[in-house]
Parts: sequence; structure tokens; C-alpha cells
Amino acid sequence: MIEALKTYEFLQNAFIAGILASIICGIMGVIIVEKKMIMMTGGIAHTAYGGVGLGYLLGFEPIIGAFAFAMLSALGIGHIKRKGGIQADILIGLFWSFGMALGILFLAKMPGYPPDMNSYLFGNILAVTHGDLLQMAILTAVVIITILALFTYVKGYLFDEEFIWILGVKTEVLEYILLLLIAITVVALIRVAGIILVISLLTAPAAIASFLSNKMKTRIFIAIGFGLFFSIAGLIISYYLNIPTGASIVLLAVSTYFVFYVFHNMREKAIQKQNV
Amino acid sequence: MENVISAKNISVSYGKTQVLFQVDLQVKQGEYLGIIGPNGGGKTTLLKAILGIVPIAKGEIEVFGAKVREHGNLIGYVPQLSHANREFPISVVETVLTGRTKKKIRPFYQYSKKDIEIAQQQLEFVGLKDYRNRQMEELSGGEFQKVLIARALAVEPKLLILDEPTASVDAKSREEIYEILDQLNHDKTIVMVTHDTMAIASSVKSIACLNHSLVYHGKPALTPEAVRDLYGCPIDLIAHGIPHRVLGDHNHGEIKE
Repeated sequence: MIEALKTYEFLQNAFIAGILASIICGIMGVIIVEKKMIMMTGGIAHTAYGGVGLGYLLGFEPIIGAFAFAMLSALGIGHIKRKGGIQADILIGLFWSFGMALGILFLAKMPGYPPDMNSYLFGNILAVTHGDLLQMAILTAVVIITILALFTYVKGYLFDEEFIWILGVKTEVLEYILLLLIAITVVALIRVAGIILVISLLTAPAAIASFLSNKMKTRIFIAIGFGLFFSIAGLIISYYLNIPTGASIVLLAVSTYFVFYVFHNMREKAIQKQNV
Repeated sequence: MENVISAKNISVSYGKTQVLFQVDLQVKQGEYLGIIGPNGGGKTTLLKAILGIVPIAKGEIEVFGAKVREHGNLIGYVPQLSHANREFPISVVETVLTGRTKKKIRPFYQYSKKDIEIAQQQLEFVGLKDYRNRQMEELSGGEFQKVLIARALAVEPKLLILDEPTASVDAKSREEIYEILDQLNHDKTIVMVTHDTMAIASSVKSIACLNHSLVYHGKPALTPEAVRDLYGCPIDLIAHGIPHRVLGDHNHGEIKE
């Protein structure tokens, strides 16, 4: 494997992509898990499929289409939710399926042979190009800088949105910024994990981190660490077992989560027993 | 005396359900008001309307003579403990510091030395000085509640609004919280939703009974008739362990007829 890594550029790209994906997942994953926005993230990710389809139909880069659709769905979900009248999960469900259906429609209307959509749906870290890496690096930098700049406010917002709203803070601005960051995250991760599998990369590392620390910053670093482990170990497993990388990364992440879940439960029970 | 809260004829609905109907409530400076009433009677909604969280369909609310959310930071709000995220990864002092959050979102904002000093003072005031670096998740219900009070005080408010500050809190913390509130009432107006008859009996200076509309507002010596309107049946509002009657004497038999 080490030899192969030295020889093949695509493996080097895959490793760098894994590192960038871990950083972005660690930061945004902790936020998404804390604010219980996992399904909303799923909705935004799946709506992006419509943009991929539109890109193929009109002949522009599908990732740009995905980016536009993810942004619009983030703003749309945020706006309609704010206006009220629709239950958030209904709204998410509708965006989710509507975006997917649009993608299928656009691809069907596309002249010629339909492209292979697997890499957009399930990701293919081995197909990551220099251009993809550059784009991922820029998006990761945007997420890091925005979160660092607003960390005090984001923390206050996540803990008790209502309280800082009463103090006069424009929490709606914070909400939109977070939704846009989710859209950016989804687009940055499409190459690695795909629209469908992106959720586990955002959820598993952050959820494991919540078992291990009750400090937010520490959770972010732990989540980044697990993200790194999943993407690199997943890559190695896929290399030796000859299975698709997206699947091996996600299967590893989810099963690791359940191992921690079982240990966490056992420890909680032991503590309860001690207290009795 | 100046009115701190002036709510005129306010109505609030959630969809088709009317929660508040033509409520008039004036709270004077220095008042210590306990809002009581049945569950679902609109107590929390009234607080949220005063805070501006819940939009009102009709009527007018002014706090310190200004429209909702335009009064500057004169209100300290202590939400219901059961609605708080008890597991959130945040330390005690960080929680209190959110009371110092500036209105305008500035990038790379950090709390000032003065903010940290104020947060410390408020923690000391509620008796949790040594807890500053603990995580909120580790606290008991009573301690958590006191941190929320310290957070509201970090705003340096003139009006304190509390939603059931002693629900799901142990007996000792409950007494301590009432002591804290008694002290605060020297220079702050307090409005508190409560189910706690002990508070009604010994702490608050006046009560308001809310069952969609305001049934009673005055000294905590309720008439049996008012209680009947409120709960739909006669109830003895007697504080446990305290030889103090909230209600005037009445006879169940007489009311039943």
C-alpha cells in the first residue's frame, strides 16, 4: 500500500481529500448533531442531486449545479421554516424528494448516453482530481474561517437560541449562515462520500465525540480525528478487499459508532449501579 | 409608580387555539408577581408575549415604556429548566457569559474582562463561584437553574422574568432560589410563573391568575370564587409545612352547591 501511495497520484489525492473531509466533517458534524439538523442536512444534500442533473443537461460542471441547488434549498428551507405553517420535517421531506426527482428528470432529458451517477450518489474518493482538491480546500477554509469568526455567537445560538434573540441578536442571520455552511459542506463532501453517504460522515464522528467529551472544542478535535481514521482506514480496507471506497468508509464509521455506543451504555449502567 | 410592564387587551392564538384572551396586566416597579393558573392556561405564553418571542394577535405590550425588544437589555429571562438542553457541551462560566452577548454580531468577538468579571460576580451571588469551570451537563437541576438565573443577571436587567424556576429542583435549592429572588427584589421587578404554593404563600407580593384570560390580579389572598374560575373546581391552596393560608377560609360544602 505504501509503495502504491508513492507511485499513484490518485491515491495521494485520495489521502488529501480524506484529511480535508475530516476537518470539515468534524467542525460541521458537531454543530449539526448538537442542533439536531441531521435530517435537514440530508434534505439539502439530496436536493443537490437536481443540480447535478441540470449540469449534465445543460452541459456545465455538475458540481456547480449541486452547489447552486444546495444553496437554494438551504435558503428555501430556512425561509419557509421561519415563516412557519409547515412542520420542519415535512418541508425537508418535500425538498429531499423534489430535488432527487428533478435530477432524474434532467438526466432523462439529456441527449445521448446517461452518465454514471454512482460517484455523485455514493462518492469515489479515488477519482478525486487536483481541481476537486482545490475546490475542497477552498470550501474547507471558508467553513473554518466562518466558524472561528462567529464561534461565540454560534455557541450561544446552539445552546439557547431564544435567549440571545431576546438580547437583540439577529439569530435569523446565524441560522442562514449555518444553513449555507451546511450546503458548502455537502458540496465539499460529494466527491468523497456522495450525496447519500455524506450523512454518516457528518454524524458518526461527531456522535462518537459526544460520548468522549463534554467540551465543544474537544468534541470537534475528536470528531476530526475519527473522520481521519474512517477515511484512511476505509481507503486501506477498500484497497485490500477490493470494495468501493464510499461503502467501506461508511460501514467502518457506522460500525465504530455502535461499538462506542455499546461501551458507553455499559459504562453508564456501571455508574448507575455505583450510585445506587 | 411607573409601570414596568403594560399589557393592554392582548390576545394570542396558536393556529385555531386561542391561548390568551383580552389580557390586561400592569406590573409596577418593585412588584414581585407570581403568575399562577392551570396547565395550558397560557402562563408561559404570556411571558413569551412580554418577551416578544410569541407574536400577539391583538393588543399592545410595552416594557419600560418601549415596544417589545426595543427596550435595550432591561429584561433578564430565566426559561423553564425542562426546556433547556441539559447535555449541551458548555461550561458554567460560558453559559453565564452568554448573558453578556452583544446585539451586533462582530466577527472574532471575544468577551471583555469586564464581562468575565460580571459573570463571576453573578456566579458568586447565586452561590456557585467554585463551579465556574464545570460543564453544565455535570450540574444538578438546582445548580443548573441557578446558573440560568446568574446568566439572566449578567444582562444587568431591571426586570427579571422567570418561568417556573423551582420546578424539577430539589427542596434545598428551591429555598435558596427564593432567598436569591427575595434579595433581587430590593432593586428589581420580578415576574414569575409558578406552580409552587410555597412561593405564593411566602415570597411573592402579588399574584395574577391566568386561565386564558386574567381571572385575578392582586394580593395573594385569593377568593374561593376566583380559584374556582381558575381551576374549574375548588382547591385549597395551602403551602405545605407553612402555617399560612393563601386563600381565605372557605367551606367545600358551600361551594359545591
